[in-house]
Amino acid sequence: MDILSNLAMGFEIAASPYTLLLAVIGAFVGTIIGALPGLGPSNGVALLIPISFSLGLDAISALVLLTSVYYGAMYGGRISSILLNIPGDEPAMMTTLDGYPMARQGMAAEALVVSGVASFVGSFLATVGLMIFAPYLAGVAYKFGPAEYFALYMLAFCTLGGMGSNNQAKAALAAAIGLAISMIGLDKTTGMPRFTFGQLHLMDGIDFLVAIVGLFAVVEVFFFIESHGSNSAIGVKLGKILIPWKMLKQTSGAMLRGTGIGFIAGVLPGAGASLGSFLAYMGEKSLSSDKASFGKGNPRGVAAPEAGNNAAAGGALVPMLTLGVPGSGTTAVLLALLLTLNITPGPLLFSERPEVVWSLIAALLIANVVLLLMNVPMVKIFVHILSVPAWILLPGVTMVAFVGIYSLTGSGFDMLMMVGFGVLGYVMKKLDMPTVPVILGILLGNAMEDNLRRAMVLSNGDWKILFSSPISIGLWIAAVLGFIAPLVLRRFLKKPPLPQTDPMANED
Amino acid sequence: MRGDRIFGLVIIVVALGYILSAHGIETSFMSDPVGPRIFPYMIAGVMILCSLVMVLKPDPDADWPSGAVLGQLALALVMLLAYAFLITPLGFILPTILVAGVLSWQISGRPVPAALTGLGLGIGLFVLFRIILGLGLRGLPAGWGF
Repeated sequence: MDILSNLAMGFEIAASPYTLLLAVIGAFVGTIIGALPGLGPSNGVALLIPISFSLGLDAISALVLLTSVYYGAMYGGRISSILLNIPGDEPAMMTTLDGYPMARQGMAAEALVVSGVASFVGSFLATVGLMIFAPYLAGVAYKFGPAEYFALYMLAFCTLGGMGSNNQAKAALAAAIGLAISMIGLDKTTGMPRFTFGQLHLMDGIDFLVAIVGLFAVVEVFFFIESHGSNSAIGVKLGKILIPWKMLKQTSGAMLRGTGIGFIAGVLPGAGASLGSFLAYMGEKSLSSDKASFGKGNPRGVAAPEAGNNAAAGGALVPMLTLGVPGSGTTAVLLALLLTLNITPGPLLFSERPEVVWSLIAALLIANVVLLLMNVPMVKIFVHILSVPAWILLPGVTMVAFVGIYSLTGSGFDMLMMVGFGVLGYVMKKLDMPTVPVILGILLGNAMEDNLRRAMVLSNGDWKILFSSPISIGLWIAAVLGFIAPLVLRRFLKKPPLPQTDPMANED
Repeated sequence: MRGDRIFGLVIIVVALGYILSAHGIETSFMSDPVGPRIFPYMIAGVMILCSLVMVLKPDPDADWPSGAVLGQLALALVMLLAYAFLITPLGFILPTILVAGVLSWQISGRPVPAALTGLGLGIGLFVLFRIILGLGLRGLPAGWGF
């Protein structure tokens, strides 16, 4: 077995006491980040990239630390969903539907255990899926030339814009803004400066980490101040944590089905964890014989979306690692991490640096086990941390964001730019424009232009090369469909009503 | 309605400026068939197209903050900008106490806990980042030690 020997190599690198310690720290910090309302996997990882980089961690240690944070945040999101009826992050939204009713019926501990185990099942199996499918997809990706890559980038933007937003024009505009920003700096081919306006600061372009921290973390400052950060008190008592074996057995089918749906949703570009948990919940509900109990505290309504969102988080790593194209905000942040570590994802990563891929996979498996241990018996610790008031938390997070960027670049100019991105993000969110395409544009812009220009060099300036191979034609068709199909589907697929954000409003 | 229209118009102006700036990019003798200008033109084209859609078919407007909340947001923005300017000359601790304190006060509305939060974060984060994690931060203004 090729996979097993590779995996053994991965564990050899990743399973040292030092990296295990990093995995524990990452999982702990990640769970807290996930549990805190307003902070999710993407801004959590975004905050910590500059810091782990300034700490001078080597590539594999940084990967272990930050993927543990990523998975930890996916686990942690459920805690505030269940106890506060506030999703800790967007993918955990569906967990509120049955998790909070369960908590109000005095089954908070059961809901936390079931969702914790569901998270483990989802992400563990998705990591196994990643091991099986990623090398296969990497084999296909060898056939990609510049024209195919250009079409692939179009596909990523189109599906992300199509699925992830309510208004196609706004999503496309967000992507274009990101691409426009990525053009700033020296043109690689000719060595000429573009859009620098004679500013030396702009010669190297705009650092994507500055944009990410600005758009994902600084934005939260403005939203918190606007809403006065009202919600922090826990209204539900948490009893002794016992493992409800019967309930786990009863929900095991829901977990497995949720995992399958979530993994597929994660692999598809643009879909991501939120769609994974949504589809897993809706699928479980439509299969069930007692549909009426969903939304009133059915444990299967907790297990399915939690398995789904964690499986999607694992599935989303497949296109990110093999093609270098992230499908969601969080994987975009992880791509930023890899690029910061000087690792270029793509098919070559699997053949040239297998130790990176397989130690990452080993790290994910380790992180999962650590997270299961932390999130089931020790969940009470996180519940206590949730009661930290917003007026300490938010200034703290803001300062961490600034320190990260400052220690990375040492320049006040970058910090001003970060605040600027925060303001841009605030305006965009107010206008219901997604900010993830901006990040994707900044991350992929140069590679996209580069591939376009290389394709044109190959064809001597004939634009038909973009549509000349079956793979690229297929990608273009998928891109157009991914952009247009949601317009049609939106009429059929109505999202269920959002949970109320104010826990007090639920005291009936 | 108005939000979308204004944003769309601003982006159209920006995109036109972008095209103008792209027009001025110099090409060197060793260029490729596409050159450094075409892709920026394409991006600006998409921006203008999408902005036109936003101007012509705007979504219903969001709740924009007004009055006191707008003032609070402006204060937060000024604080963050001030932080960016102050951290290099003053070091980490003093600007952090100021900005964290003000942000905390903006959320809780109580000055004493806010001041304590500022002090705690300024010193606590410095200890964490500088002493425990070893990041290269300067704590106090140049010449004051640290």
